[in-house]
Amino acid sequence: MKKPTVELKLPILPNMELIATQTAEVIARHMNLTEEQSGEISMALIEACINAFEHSKTDANVFIHFLIEEDSLVMKVIDQGVGFDKTKVEIPKIENKIGKDERKRGWGLQLIQELMDSVEFESNSGGTTVTMKKNIKQ
Amino acid sequence: MNTFIKSVKEENQIIIIETNGYLNNEGGEAISAICYEKIKIGHHKFLINMAGTKVVNSIGVSILIEIIEKLQEVDGRIGYYNLAPIVVKTFNIMGLTKYSTVFTTEEEAVGTL
Repeated sequence: MKKPTVELKLPILPNMELIATQTAEVIARHMNLTEEQSGEISMALIEACINAFEHSKTDANVFIHFLIEEDSLVMKVIDQGVGFDKTKVEIPKIENKIGKDERKRGWGLQLIQELMDSVEFESNSGGTTVTMKKNIKQ
Repeated sequence: MNTFIKSVKEENQIIIIETNGYLNNEGGEAISAICYEKIKIGHHKFLINMAGTKVVNSIGVSILIEIIEKLQEVDGRIGYYNLAPIVVKTFNIMGLTKYSTVFTTEEEAVGTL
């Protein structure tokens, strides 16, 4: 049987990431996820959407796919932007930011990786796909 | 008018800011505007009641890091209470809890900060 999926198409407009989190909350309830898991999924989605909105350098829509699996939820955030090199993204540390000139932002990837069970990035000059997986605790 | 700031009050020389809604860049800037204005007139202690803020993003939280940095210059302090569990987790991951304090209740926060 085909796995149930939910697909969203978001324009790059302020706060559109909240549409993704509202959808995620409905799916989390359907899957009987814990409140903690639901919050983690929403936060990771927000950060992935913001990265897509801010760094894709395009006006093209961002697509979000939710794949409901028996033992996990997989979310893909797909942009059609210029891509990025993950190896050039530094791991942020607050100690390096407070009292120093370093910009205070740049936490998105770190948060996504901490909050999800697995994260994969595929990126090239035609766009970026972030695939995030949350395993269901039985 | 910015609806993110629900109220601002003072108790025991602590400025208490109650927020409502999504802590994004605009929400963060609304908080920082109040803090910086109050720092200018001599206030050094701030509490943020986040009972009405269930959703945050890292840009909004980064502005709280800027406030912490500003408060270090004046030997000030900031704390938060009524946080949703995912907001506490986000603050922990970003390291805010190394430089500021999460409290459970207003009573505890006002008595401890």
